[in-house]
Amino acid sequence: MIGEDELQAFIDDRLDGERRAAVEAHLAAHPELRERIAAERRQRALLRAGLQAKFDEPVPDRLRIANLRAARRGLRTRAWTNAAAAAAIFVVGATAGWFAGGIAPQALPTAAAPTASVADGATAAYRTFVVEVAHPVEVGVQQEQHLLQWLSKRLGRKLAAPDLSRFGYRLMGGRLLPGGSGAAAQLMYDDASGRRLTIYVRAADGTETAFRFRKEGDASTFAWIDQGFGFAVTAMASREELLPIAEAVYRGFGS
Amino acid sequence: MADAGTLLEPLIPALRRFAYALVRDHDAADDLVQDTLERALSRWTLRRPDGDLRAWLFAILRNLHVSSLRQRQRRGPHIDLDEAPPPGIAATQESGLEMQDMLAALDQLPEEQKSLLLLVGVEDLSYDDAARVMGVPTGTVMSRLSRGRQRLRSILEKGLETGRTTLLRRVK
Repeated sequence: MIGEDELQAFIDDRLDGERRAAVEAHLAAHPELRERIAAERRQRALLRAGLQAKFDEPVPDRLRIANLRAARRGLRTRAWTNAAAAAAIFVVGATAGWFAGGIAPQALPTAAAPTASVADGATAAYRTFVVEVAHPVEVGVQQEQHLLQWLSKRLGRKLAAPDLSRFGYRLMGGRLLPGGSGAAAQLMYDDASGRRLTIYVRAADGTETAFRFRKEGDASTFAWIDQGFGFAVTAMASREELLPIAEAVYRGFGS
Repeated sequence: MADAGTLLEPLIPALRRFAYALVRDHDAADDLVQDTLERALSRWTLRRPDGDLRAWLFAILRNLHVSSLRQRQRRGPHIDLDEAPPPGIAATQESGLEMQDMLAALDQLPEEQKSLLLLVGVEDLSYDDAARVMGVPTGTVMSRLSRGRQRLRSILEKGLETGRTTLLRRVK
């Protein structure tokens, strides 16, 4: 006799040859049941085939274990190491530097590539949105908590908005952007005169690099990589003006 | 002991597929997978080393999904800013209308039948592992599987009789 459990195992192709043959014989003798089982096997096959595309998609950066771990490690150790790391990173920055143009690419340290691409993304985003009058940000500062939760979730990293009030900048809000193979977050600040500054964050290869400075037209950018994420601070400002702000942002991302 | 990353990485595509079939929204599905992986990493040392890693991860994911469903029921419907479905993506990835109907019909099943059909029929979990994920005896898995599959078939057949419009995607 064939039970319901065995019919299910038949639908799932989990019977050995002998039991399988027995079920097939039973179905041959019961056309109505045979039709039902055939329909349920088709449903199963259709569901598998239809969801295969989702399985084949490349895994987004924010789900990569290295990035998730970096975020976790960051939360645990940041408070202890921030001051020391900030000091060390500027020493490296002073010697390695980032010489945009003038020096052949092979002369640059290998870590320059991801930092450069973060700086590229940050500058492009800055140029696009800093001139935007109607919708400079997607979510305004009135909803700061929601904004930060949302961006944190999409980045796969806890994101806080550093307090830049001592430099005269206050948070306007932020937006989500495409960045590399995943998402990037942009936080926008402005000062009393309406000058805008952006902080740009996205997943990036690498654990730690020096600050890299670059100036493109009026826009200055400091970019760096820290524990699997790339950061960039961009503003219409001189290197000397921007450096202490970048330093504060670097330290601010610990909280 | 093997590194958590080495063990977890190969399982992520299946987790994304399961999550997507459950929530039917690409971003929300990846949020669910991210929460799952974070929980797995934070409890890595607590997992049973002899247990099946895949079943453990599916269990975490499914539990997170169920508790967020409960939360949503308590709070009432709620639309997040990033919850609006990205236009176009679903249509290209779920090949054809037949597939759309299938997923829409699956959405009409109770969660425990829907999860089970996916775990067994798509993710190829053994009946015993599926029972552990769902927290029920294997016998219950078998009867639920039978009921779920028959119900799915009758939903699809009803849809064909009365026209496609009855299978409009459930509004989340």
